[in-house]
Amino acid sequence: MAIRATHEIHDRRKSRNVGLAVVLVGFIAIVFGLTVVKVQTIGAVQGFDHVVRPELLERAQ
Amino acid sequence: MTDATIISSEHEPQFGDYFALLKPRVMSLVVFTALVGMLVAPAPIHPFVGFAAILFIAVGAGASGALNMWWDADIDAVMRRTAKRPVPSGRVTGGEAAAIGVALSGFAVVMLWLATNLFAAALLAFTIFFYAVIYTMWLKRWTPQNIVIGGAAGAFPPMIGWAAVTGGVSVESMLMFALIFMWTPPHFWALALFMRSDYDDARVPMLTVTHGRRATRNHILAYTVLLAPAALALAFTPIGGPVYLACAVALNAWFLIGAYRIWRRDEAMAEADNFAVEKAFFRFSLYYLFGHFGALLADAALRTWGLA
Repeated sequence: MAIRATHEIHDRRKSRNVGLAVVLVGFIAIVFGLTVVKVQTIGAVQGFDHVVRPELLERAQ
Repeated sequence: MTDATIISSEHEPQFGDYFALLKPRVMSLVVFTALVGMLVAPAPIHPFVGFAAILFIAVGAGASGALNMWWDADIDAVMRRTAKRPVPSGRVTGGEAAAIGVALSGFAVVMLWLATNLFAAALLAFTIFFYAVIYTMWLKRWTPQNIVIGGAAGAFPPMIGWAAVTGGVSVESMLMFALIFMWTPPHFWALALFMRSDYDDARVPMLTVTHGRRATRNHILAYTVLLAPAALALAFTPIGGPVYLACAVALNAWFLIGAYRIWRRDEAMAEADNFAVEKAFFRFSLYYLFGHFGALLADAALRTWGLA
């Protein structure tokens, strides 16, 4: 059975829960944003492991 | 059937109580000086990385504030100025404050490392250690020079901001450090002069308690005189400029006059006007610091727009 009568204490608990949720979502957003920025600043990445890369062959010759 | 639960409202804090552990007002100064240290550095930083770095520096500073509130709860409970803080007022337990302080410290240092570089993160870790251990646990209750050396903790943020961009230290970042470091003693001693009974009651060895109020007035003048050259020297480094030079001359002249007026007074005169000069000096000291760092920012903006 749910608690029907709410007390001032429940408001305080709620503020804690909502606050923590906001902090966690904010943290996810920041880590995601940092990841995007870091990957972009690396520049073009050749991620094709099993593909022939002609420039490597040319340099070797 | 009765279903009675004893609800202890003592330990049911709301979110704001945890936020108050991070000393938001001190944090605003940290954010501002770290931001200036970052923006005047001679290299660009991606705005989002810069934002994240400032956030982690602020969280680190807040974490050291939480550790300070945990350790100093007994002192804070006695002093009128601090009695309403979350731990002494019973809204947050000491153990919670300590746990939040340690957790956020580690979190802030690692995240600053990942966002910028190891050097900036190490400097942040050292700052937290310096404030929480060297100042709070050791010096504050032991020596009347507590403010002088503890001020170093507050002086690190612009160096961290600079290091986040450049990955190192330089004359400019050390002079920004010196500016806050030399500013802290006169700022706090002016506060101690008019918040008299607080530190006495808490048995914190403030200079006013151990060496008397006359000695404190002398010290305020001496440190203000030493502060002026450090503040002016910054004008002649690459990050200084015309705006900074003009502001530094004006603000230091004003600050010196204020310190001189404090020095000339005795306790009878101070009590007669309810410490008006000391209170004005304290208030002005905040504008003094914001003025200097704001001027550095203005000069950096002028350089960016090619006007200087």
